Amino acid sequence: MSQREMAIATAAGPSRMNRVVIYGLLAIFAAIYLTPLFVMLTTSFKSLDEIRGGDILALPAHPTTKPWVKAWGSACIGVTCDGIKGYFWNSLRMVVPAVLISTALGALNGYVLTKWRFRGHKIVFGMMLFACFIPFQSVLIPMARVLGQLGLSNSTAGLVLVHVVYGLGFTTLFFRNYYEAFPDELVQSAQMDGAGFFTIFWRILLPSSAPIIVVCVIYQFTNIWNDFLFGVSFASGESAPMTVALNNLVASSTGVKEYNVDMAAAVIAALPTLIVYVLAGRYFMRGLMAGAVKG
Amino acid sequence: MSVPYSGVRRGLQDWLPRLVLAPSFALVLIFVYGFIVWTAVLSMSKSRILPVYKWAGFDAYERLFSQPNWYMALKNLAIFGSLYITVCIALGLFLAILLDQKIRIEGVLRPIYLYPMALSFVVTGTAWKWFLNPGMGLQNTVRGWGFETFTFDWLVRPDMAIYTVAIAGIWQASGFVMAMFLAGLRGIDSEMLKAATVDGASTFTIYRRIVIPLLRPAFLSAVIVLAHMAIKSYDLVIALTGGGPGNATELPSTFMYSYTFTRSQMAVGSASAMIMLMGIAAIMVPYLYSELREDKR
Repeated sequence: MSQREMAIATAAGPSRMNRVVIYGLLAIFAAIYLTPLFVMLTTSFKSLDEIRGGDILALPAHPTTKPWVKAWGSACIGVTCDGIKGYFWNSLRMVVPAVLISTALGALNGYVLTKWRFRGHKIVFGMMLFACFIPFQSVLIPMARVLGQLGLSNSTAGLVLVHVVYGLGFTTLFFRNYYEAFPDELVQSAQMDGAGFFTIFWRILLPSSAPIIVVCVIYQFTNIWNDFLFGVSFASGESAPMTVALNNLVASSTGVKEYNVDMAAAVIAALPTLIVYVLAGRYFMRGLMAGAVKG
Repeated sequence: MSVPYSGVRRGLQDWLPRLVLAPSFALVLIFVYGFIVWTAVLSMSKSRILPVYKWAGFDAYERLFSQPNWYMALKNLAIFGSLYITVCIALGLFLAILLDQKIRIEGVLRPIYLYPMALSFVVTGTAWKWFLNPGMGLQNTVRGWGFETFTFDWLVRPDMAIYTVAIAGIWQASGFVMAMFLAGLRGIDSEMLKAATVDGASTFTIYRRIVIPLLRPAFLSAVIVLAHMAIKSYDLVIALTGGGPGNATELPSTFMYSYTFTRSQMAVGSASAMIMLMGIAAIMVPYLYSELREDKR
């Protein structure tokens, strides 16, 4: 790395002027990328009077947490005025089982598809992989019918099922690419020692899978938490997830528009994924990259 | 004795792997491929508010392609998609090259460019809707600074609203594209660059002639990922403009949803979903096929 950097540095002819321009540009872009988050945060701490008065980029003159309290506990969404807290828990109740189940299945699938190959394993994987990329509009109507028939419309359980099914392709992809690099010899010698299918998985592969489990869990968590289409299609009422509730709150046109409450709700909706990103950005990135197919 | 890692053990052990994989594969077969066939059938039926399994041939497709709304959706997708892909790639590459110049605070800057990718499109849409709101957002603020005639009202102008969708989308995804290019740049052999430097090539020439051509795989991945995200974009439009003003920011995804669930034209909605699927398949199938062929094992 350092050799290459030196090559680049000498190529650039590191004049001081160049460095100033580069740092200047990078700083300007950083400011642009941060502005919407900054505006969201400052607006959520302002009173409505102050917002009407003016400068969207100014810091709050008299910071108040009232919009946050209202967004969480008493803002009106639809006909109820209990804030977004119920929907926040809906999302949490949906995301935890969906992530755990899809990750567990993905790990087993990846294990079979790399260490226990059978004829046609490539077609099976290819079909599961393509399933990641379909526009979900092409399964929306049948899914709505089937959920209705199973009695799972407008329920968190229904959303868990949906997210497990349509998350399987990605979780399988993650583990398949990871186990591909895992030495076959270890699996073979364990087999010679008489270890069975599950023993090998449990004792040999799983203990060294921590990095990919983290990547997979973060990826699935972000995707499922941020989903809107499935939520709005299959659970629009009391069991709606956070993203749907946020949209309903912001889009509602009754009464005075409370931008500060909207922004507080938006930050609350963004917080879980932002926290994960700040704590484990490296793994988040790896998941995104693998999602771009190349393992 | 050597034991090949599949096919030797008899009985249950032999079938166990396939049994373990079977439920997942069955779910995918039913919920993905079965449902696609189901939607295809609906698109050739007379379904309106509820599914009706009466054959109507390509009637729904004919009706779909006689809808001005559908052409609006396609036109918007073309505008949004081409801007989204080209600007994300241009900006991503630019930032990646800047960051690759031995920047001391790279560790601070990279996450700043990338964090929007962690947000949901609904949050992004909500934030930009507020920021671009002509009455109280950016326009009002800049006017308050003394630029009385400053105008930025694209969000409420039917002819310009689609560009606000593009701006918000680019804000969200360009950092991700930057990361893809940065990974590509870090994989380039240093010896080659050194040799070029010794030969007296300028930085600009080195990037144009050597580095950028070497990034071809990253370009390809970026185009594929962005194109498929553009076709699937739904939440962002709903949260930012709601498809409006009027139908000014209609996209195929919003068209499908409103025709199916609010306008009771299920057959037409299904037909539009099938066209979307074909668009994605045209991009993804050749790509996935070549990716899977590469690793022969």
